[in-house]
Amino acid sequence: MSQYLDFEKPIAQIAQRAADYRAAGDEAGARHAEGAARRLLAETYARLTPWQKTMVARHPQRPHFTDTVKALVADFMPLAGDRAYGEDEAIIGGIGTLRGQNIPVVVIGHEKGSDTASRVKHNFGMGRPEGYRKAARLVELAGRFNVPVITLADSAGAYPGVDGEARGQAEAIARATAAFLAAPVPIIAAITGEGMSGGAIGIAAADRVIMFEHAVYAVISPEGCASILWRTAEKGQNRAADAAEAMKVTAADCKALGVIDTIVPEPLGGAHRDPQAAIASLAMAIAAELQPLLAKSPQQLIRDRRAKYLAMGRTL
Amino acid sequence: MSWITRTRQQLTGFLARRDTPDNLWTKCKNCGAMVYTKEWEDNASVCPRCDHHDRIGPKARFAQLFDGDYRVLPAAKVAEDPLKFKDQKKYTDRLKAARAATGEPEAMMVADGQIMGRRAIVGVQDFAFMGGSMGMGVGEAFLAGVDAALAASAPYIVFTAAGGARMQEGILSLMQMPRTTVGIQQLHDAGLPYIVVLTDPTTGGVTASYAMLGDVQIAEPNALIGFAGQRVIEQTIREKLPEGFQRAEYLLEHGMLDMVVHRRDLKDTLGRLIGLLMARRIAA
Ligand SMILES: [Zn+2]
Repeated sequence: MSQYLDFEKPIAQIAQRAADYRAAGDEAGARHAEGAARRLLAETYARLTPWQKTMVARHPQRPHFTDTVKALVADFMPLAGDRAYGEDEAIIGGIGTLRGQNIPVVVIGHEKGSDTASRVKHNFGMGRPEGYRKAARLVELAGRFNVPVITLADSAGAYPGVDGEARGQAEAIARATAAFLAAPVPIIAAITGEGMSGGAIGIAAADRVIMFEHAVYAVISPEGCASILWRTAEKGQNRAADAAEAMKVTAADCKALGVIDTIVPEPLGGAHRDPQAAIASLAMAIAAELQPLLAKSPQQLIRDRRAKYLAMGRTL
Repeated sequence: MSWITRTRQQLTGFLARRDTPDNLWTKCKNCGAMVYTKEWEDNASVCPRCDHHDRIGPKARFAQLFDGDYRVLPAAKVAEDPLKFKDQKKYTDRLKAARAATGEPEAMMVADGQIMGRRAIVGVQDFAFMGGSMGMGVGEAFLAGVDAALAASAPYIVFTAAGGARMQEGILSLMQMPRTTVGIQQLHDAGLPYIVVLTDPTTGGVTASYAMLGDVQIAEPNALIGFAGQRVIEQTIREKLPEGFQRAEYLLEHGMLDMVVHRRDLKDTLGRLIGLLMARRIAA
């Protein structure tokens, strides 16, 4: 049973009607209502606002790292620790065999958790310095053994805490970004949910950046942006929605700006309605992006990746 | 309060009310002391009473650092307002206001000159220009500095000051983090030193990219340096922050900096450093 988002209330009502018909033995009525619900769902998702997409991107039932990696990689072997201080479970990394391609890959990504216990364990996907240092370490490991890297970015941001600052949160993110840009192996970054701020880019500087259709990618959360730029907003006004709109956070916007390369389609009504279909769609996109990269030499990969970032935004 | 202090405060109050551009006195934001502006500036905008390092812009920094003449690199051309961004004000209006207030085209200026007889490219971020925020303009200025350093086979010194990324440029501002990092890697490849001087304040995406990737990391005393803003941290952890948290000395103690250097010693420190780092350089 799907958890309906606020803006999906009208769809939920029709779906409820269908259930009522069915309970009353009116199968034809139920089918009719189901058809209407599906049509409304399609219409709604065809024109989601940036703020509605933010809600979809944060949906608790959206596929997370653990679900995705299970489907994407056979024999996934997690690799832990930053070799300096600790193990950060907000950012998971490991190695395994990419299904369908039969080549090893290193996969790194944020894990938000799926219930209270696992959310706390994974710190809601908000990485500390150790997570970014582990990511840098694993990218370097991948480079030494000619193993392509796939990352899955889904984070509200790096964790803002005293301990993280004391251990160099900023330096860890900067160093991770640098490791990605220097890697002699193919890197594909997927923005799967919310890709927010330095917390996302720390694992997302890649040869190819792909993004789920309803994911969002932004320099700061809409709420954070609103609290700074709409300081005098009256109470009750949803300025975060305005900020999401103004910052152009959607996949279509990011593609138009040349920041991402490919939009990955989601099943009707968003990835959370059919996580396995969403993951299959992502797997297909990753395979398609990976093929041409595998033909490039290490020098060519680095040269092209750097040129891509240097050129970004110059022709707008 | 002494008679002279009182008179000074009354005097500046009077001058401020008249909006006199050439204030005779400068009030220290830290200790409140009133200092002759001439004395203040002769002291590199550092309070002679309490050593508070006041925020200074690119022109003052160039004048303090370079031996004599220097050449300011032309401002890079970038798309103005690529998102057509509007909050409670239009981004283009904010840009206009910042340009009028600072007389500068963007929040970073880069110049080519000599420090203690050695050529150096120096980039300076200006907090007075929209909080020093990093968008395409700052990114391009940073990269123009990289190109100038590569062309001159000279070291690149960057003074950081920023509240973070420029939200009005959305995701493009975030992309300045990898873009500037590529520039730093080009300097590494060419065997050219990249030295960072963190000034008050340096936070957000700027800290999490080029401000933390120096071959040598220097900060001015008491500069606020961090990734997350203090207000955000306090709201998240719901407790008061430790004394001196995110200050230059705190970062030094936590291994994030090589040194904290008083402004009066900066030129000498930088000159010696680039001399040592360039002496046995192997050109790529
Ligand atoms: Zn003072």
